[in-house]
Amino acid sequence: MATREEITSGLAEILEEVAGVNPDDVAEEKSFTDDLDVDSLSMVEVVVAAEEKFGVKIPDNEVQNLKTVGDAVSFIEANH
Amino acid sequence: MSTTDVVVTGLGATTPLGGDVASTWDAMLAGRSGVSPLTQEWAEQLTVRIAAQLAVEPSAVIDRVRLRKLDRSEAIALVAAKQAWADSGLADSGLDPERLAVSFGSGIGGAVTLLNQDDILEASGPRRVSPHTVPMLMPNGPAAWIGIDLKAQAGVHSMASACATGAEAMALGLDIIRSGRADVVVAGGTEAVIHPLPLAGFASMRAMSTRNDEPEKASRPWDKGRDGFVMGEGSGALVLERADHAIARGATIYARLAGAGITSDGFDIVQPDPECKGGIRAMSRAIRDAGLTGRDIVHVNAHATSTPAGDMGEIKGIRTAIGDHPVITSTKSMSGHLLGAAGALESIATILAIRESVVPPTINLDDPDDRLDLDVAAHKARSLDIPAAMNNSFGFGGHNVALVFTRP
Repeated sequence: MATREEITSGLAEILEEVAGVNPDDVAEEKSFTDDLDVDSLSMVEVVVAAEEKFGVKIPDNEVQNLKTVGDAVSFIEANH
Repeated sequence: MSTTDVVVTGLGATTPLGGDVASTWDAMLAGRSGVSPLTQEWAEQLTVRIAAQLAVEPSAVIDRVRLRKLDRSEAIALVAAKQAWADSGLADSGLDPERLAVSFGSGIGGAVTLLNQDDILEASGPRRVSPHTVPMLMPNGPAAWIGIDLKAQAGVHSMASACATGAEAMALGLDIIRSGRADVVVAGGTEAVIHPLPLAGFASMRAMSTRNDEPEKASRPWDKGRDGFVMGEGSGALVLERADHAIARGATIYARLAGAGITSDGFDIVQPDPECKGGIRAMSRAIRDAGLTGRDIVHVNAHATSTPAGDMGEIKGIRTAIGDHPVITSTKSMSGHLLGAAGALESIATILAIRESVVPPTINLDDPDDRLDLDVAAHKARSLDIPAAMNNSFGFGGHNVALVFTRP
């Protein structure tokens, strides 16, 4: 089982690759759209890459609830 | 100049000859070829293994993350348009975005994105297809991205008329300004389809040169040894502006876009009319539209792509519509054929020819076709006083576009 820190760091790698987000800016309280400037299409890429990396399925109707990095970490922690 | 006159106040390009207008123009005047071997593994099985590839990759100018969302044709359109925009000095001029339009097209569009994403679909399934696929492959993508980057709000237009696209974009820009719908139009063309499928498709038509062992000699318009065009990639952009608007802000004016003529053959999907009837009508219309006569046109940057079927009809057409006096050239002998961007790049060459009083050469014209009875600036650039000049572009489908540029 990955820890919350490991999941956050894995998401930071994905965010850097897909959206050019500086890994130092990635923290649980940060909003994907408002703080990290990830647009809606890039968010789809982040979700697909996260599914692959963490072996989880993130349904489309769940994605709208993942406002912050912490939301995504909690979902992945609970479902992988 | 009258209030409806349209002038050119900015130029931008990224081509097989250089990453900007200055380096491209220098290469043309020096008679350099931009054609090289395709060394990629996928090229090994093709009958055509040469192309005119970009001199400067878009990754040298646009960051990696942004490039993930752009088809190559969109990326290079942005490169050319932003150069032209910077050159025009309009960025800090306080131009009302509602008076700025874009007219920018592509002959083939985002075909490489479509093909690459199909590879992903086949290999990994539909969930792996990029969410950026549609905006990357849609043919209005280049114009739309330029409009977003420059905040243009007077309308973003994208036409598709095959190899006449870049010229038709200029003609539409002229219409937009004359009709009062905008004061400034960023106009141009873009193409980037050096990929095995488009190459194989054109090769199957027997339209392309297979002079694989002598890439620099492969594009040879009007030469007896010509055996087809050489595919090139690139983009060219012009800033078109209402003359009094440009004068009021003290802009550098390269030339006047004095007239345009658009016709269609209604004849064949790929064969040009052998008598160039549609081309003649386009040239005549452009000259009339400019308020000139054939006598006034002293130079023509010809469409001439180096195909056995296409090159000679235009010669007849120029004789009929203009006369036997203009000095002609085909800069495709150096740049290759940029398809939907050709009319844009060749408009730039025509404008600089007027401005610098020099006709860029047609290289590789070693053994002229017996029917070539016009004066070509063969092998070397030629000094010439050019008050007015024409650029011709013809496209599959029977599209004919002629543009007349004059000194400001």
